Amino acid sequence: MNRSRIFWGIAAPVSAIAVSLLLASGILLLQGASPVGTFQLLFSYGFQPRNIVSELNQASAYYLAGIAAAIGFKMLLFNIGIDGQYRLAVFFAAVVGGAVSLPPVLHVLLIIVVAATVGGAWAAISGFLRVKYGVSEVISSIMLNFIAAGLVSYMLNPNRLGFQAEGSQNVSTPAIPESGWLPTIEVAGGRLYLFIFFAALVGVGYWILITKTVFGFNLRATGISFRAALSSGVNAPRMVLLTMVLSGATAGLVGVGTLLSDTHNYSLAFPSGYALTGLALALLGRNHPVGIAFAAFFWAFLERSAGILDLNGIPTEIVTMMQGTIVISIVVAYELIRRLNLRQQQAAVGSHQEESKEDDK
Amino acid sequence: MSSVIEVAGLEKRYPGVVANHDVNLRVTKGTIHAVIGENGAGKSTLMKALYGMVKPDKGTIAVEGVIQSFRGPQDAIAAGIGMVHQHFMLADNATVLENVILGSEPKKFGIAIDFELARSRFTEIVDQYGLAIDPDALVGELSVGGRQRVEIAKVLFRGANILILDEPTAVLVPQEVDELFGNLKYLTERGLTILFISHKLQEVLEVSSFITVMRQGTTVASLNPLDTTAKELAELMVGRQLPQARPTESHVGSKRVLDIHGASYRPGGGREALKNISLSLNVGEILGIAGVEGNGQTELVEMILGIIKPDEGSFTVLGKDGLKSTTRAIRDSGVGYIPQDRSRDALLLPEPLWANRILGHQATPPMAKGIWVNKGQAQIDSERIVREYDVRTPSIKVAAAALSGGNQQKFIVGREMAKNPELLVAAQPTRGVDVGAQSIIWDQLLLAKEAGAGVLLVSADLDELFALSDRIAVIFSGEIVAQFSPSETTPELLGLAMTGAKTS
Repeated sequence: MNRSRIFWGIAAPVSAIAVSLLLASGILLLQGASPVGTFQLLFSYGFQPRNIVSELNQASAYYLAGIAAAIGFKMLLFNIGIDGQYRLAVFFAAVVGGAVSLPPVLHVLLIIVVAATVGGAWAAISGFLRVKYGVSEVISSIMLNFIAAGLVSYMLNPNRLGFQAEGSQNVSTPAIPESGWLPTIEVAGGRLYLFIFFAALVGVGYWILITKTVFGFNLRATGISFRAALSSGVNAPRMVLLTMVLSGATAGLVGVGTLLSDTHNYSLAFPSGYALTGLALALLGRNHPVGIAFAAFFWAFLERSAGILDLNGIPTEIVTMMQGTIVISIVVAYELIRRLNLRQQQAAVGSHQEESKEDDK
Repeated sequence: MSSVIEVAGLEKRYPGVVANHDVNLRVTKGTIHAVIGENGAGKSTLMKALYGMVKPDKGTIAVEGVIQSFRGPQDAIAAGIGMVHQHFMLADNATVLENVILGSEPKKFGIAIDFELARSRFTEIVDQYGLAIDPDALVGELSVGGRQRVEIAKVLFRGANILILDEPTAVLVPQEVDELFGNLKYLTERGLTILFISHKLQEVLEVSSFITVMRQGTTVASLNPLDTTAKELAELMVGRQLPQARPTESHVGSKRVLDIHGASYRPGGGREALKNISLSLNVGEILGIAGVEGNGQTELVEMILGIIKPDEGSFTVLGKDGLKSTTRAIRDSGVGYIPQDRSRDALLLPEPLWANRILGHQATPPMAKGIWVNKGQAQIDSERIVREYDVRTPSIKVAAAALSGGNQQKFIVGREMAKNPELLVAAQPTRGVDVGAQSIIWDQLLLAKEAGAGVLLVSADLDELFALSDRIAVIFSGEIVAQFSPSETTPELLGLAMTGAKTS
C-alpha cells in the first residue's frame, strides 16, 4: 500500500506537468513556434549553472511561502495573507536591522526573529477574527494585504522610516550594517544565499511538528474535524489561532534571504504575489516539505528560464499559462487519487470481512 | 390482488460491498407494506433503486406491470412513486404551500406562478387524503409531525400513488406516530400504496398489512403480520437469537463520580436546552438517560465533558469542579467518552486507525511521550483493540472511513476502555451497529460497571436501557421529568414519561 502511495504521489505531479507541456505545445504551434525548440531553449538556459544558483535563491523564498501555505492547509485555513505578512515582516526586519548595531550572528538572528514575529502578529489578526467572530480568513487576509501594502508605502517615506540617498529617486529603509549580513557562497559563477539552509531547516521543523508532536496531532485533528478535536479535549479555537500565527511567522521569513544576502535594505522593489505562489506550491507539493521543495525549484526554474523566450520572440506568458495548468491538473489528479485510495481501502475491508465471515462458519 | 411494485433478483454492488443481492419484493395495491431490517441490511439501497437514485446492477423493477429502468428520481416520480425522506427537505422560512409547490409550480402564462390553481389543488389533496395542514403556516413553526405531513403532501402534489417512507417514525413522539399511522391508513383506503421502512417491530406489526424482512443485503422472508411475532421478526432480521445482556448483580458503590446540581443551559441566550438538571452517579452504577432524541441529551453530555458550560447550576466530575475544568482536564482525570455522532465527534475519518487510537488520549502517556506522539504504542494498542474487540479490518493502517459503523464503534469502545475509565459517558453506543457489535458493546459497558466505573448511558433504545441500567432518568425538553428503577417500571410507563407526561 505504501509503495503504491509513493507511486501515485509522484505520478500525479508528473502527469500534471505533462498536461501543461501538451497545452503549451498547442499554443506554441498556434503561434508558429516549435514546441520542441522552445522547451530545449527553456531547459538549456534554465540549467546553466549560474542560473541554477539564482533559481535556488528564488526557490528558497518560494519554499517558505509554500510551507506557510501548507501549515494553513493542514488546518483547512486558506492563508492568502502571506503577501501582507511577508511585506510587513521584511519591512520591519529591515528597519530594525538598520537601526541597531550588534555582533554579527546576533544581528542576523534579531532580523530573523523580528520578521517571524511581525509576520505572525499580522496573521494573528485574521486568526483572531476567524475564531472570535467567524470572519473568513480569506476575506480578512486579503484586506490585510492591502492594509499592509498601504502601511509600508506610508512609512517608507524619508520623513518617516524611509531613507533617500542624495540625488537618488529611490526610497528605501536605511542600509543594514555589515554585521547584519548573511554571507553568500560563491558557486558556479553565482552567489548562493546561506539562507537557503535556514529555509530547509524550517521545512524539516514543519514536518516534525506536524507529524511527530502532540501539538501537530492536535492541529491536524482540528483541521480534519473541529468537533472531534473539541471532544478529544483540544482547545480547537486556540489551535486555529496558533496555526494562523505559525503560518504568518513562516510567511514573514519569505523576504529575509534577499534582505540578508542581497539588498540589505527594503525598498518597493521587493516583489509581490507570494501568497498565490505559496498556495500553488503547497498544493503541488501536497503539503510535504520535500514535495514543496521540488515544486519551489520548478517554479523558480520556469520563471528564470522564461527570460530567454522574449529574446527569441516567444511570449513569456506561455510560462504563466503552464504554471496555471499545472495547478489545475494537480488539484484534479490528487482528488482522483484520494477517491481511488478510499475505494481500494473499502474494498480491502470488504474482502477481509467476507473472509472472516467464512472463518466464522 | 394486483401488485403495483414487483422487484425481481435485484442486485447492487459497491466497491467491496454487496449492498443488495437476490432482492425480491411484491407490493399489493392499496396496502401498507413494511420493509424491515437492521441498519446495513440493504433497505435504503432498495428504496433508492425504487426511487431511481441508484441504478441496480442486475434484476428488474416493474411498476404496475411495466418494467422500468429509472434514470433518476424524475422517472420514478413520473411512474407515480414518491419518497418521503427521513430528514425533511423543507425550507423553514417559507409557507407550507410554497414548500409543497416548490419545483413543480403550476404556471400562469408560462412564467408566473399560478398561486390560485396551486392553492385549489393543494386544498383538494389535503381534503381528499385527510391531512390537516394550513397552507399559509410557516414550515419553521410546525411540529415535526406537521412537517412530515407537508412532505407527504408534497409527494402527493406531484401525483404519486405509491409512497415510500424512510423510517418515518424515527423522529416522532408516540402521539405523532399514532397520527401518522391514521393518515397512512386513510391514504391506503383512497387507493394509494405505502412502502414503509422501519426497524421498530411493534409499529410494523401494528400498522402494516405485509412485511418483508431484509438481512445482509437480501430479502429473507415475506410475512403476514397476523401470523408472526416481534420476537420472530427480530430473529429473522438478525439471523440468529437476539443478544441478551447477561444478568449482573448490583455493584453500586457509595463514591460519587458525577454530581449535577440545578444545571441550566440556554444556547445563545435563547430557549433552555437544559432546565434545572440535578443528577448523580456513583461508582459501579449504570445510569440510563431515556428520551426522544433532541430533548437535551446532547447538551447534557457536552456539559459533562466540559464542551459547553451551563448558565446556571454546578457540577462535579470525579471530584473536579466542572465549571472550572477544561475538556482536556475532565477527560484526563479518567472520563471515557463514546459520543453519539461517531464519525463527527469520535473519529478522524481520513486518518488511519492507529492515529484514531490517539484521539482523545493525545495529552497523556502512553499515547504521548512528553511533547511527542507515541506512534509505536498507538500501533501496538490498536492491534490489541482490533484483536480483543473483533474489529473487522485488514490492517490498522486503513483509514477509519473505510470501516463499517459497527467496526468503527467497536474500535471507539476499545479505545475508551483502554484507560479503565472511572466515568464512562456513552451516548447512543449501539445505534446503527450490527447485533454482533451490539452484544460486544453491551458486555463492555457491564464490564466497566463491574470494574467500578460509573456509566452514563444515553439511549433512545428502551430494550438497551432496561437491559443495562441500574437506574433510568427520563429527559424531556431539557428537564429530568422522572427517575425509575428498571424493576419498578415498564416500557409503557417509560415511554409515557418520554412524551412529557408527569408520572412520578
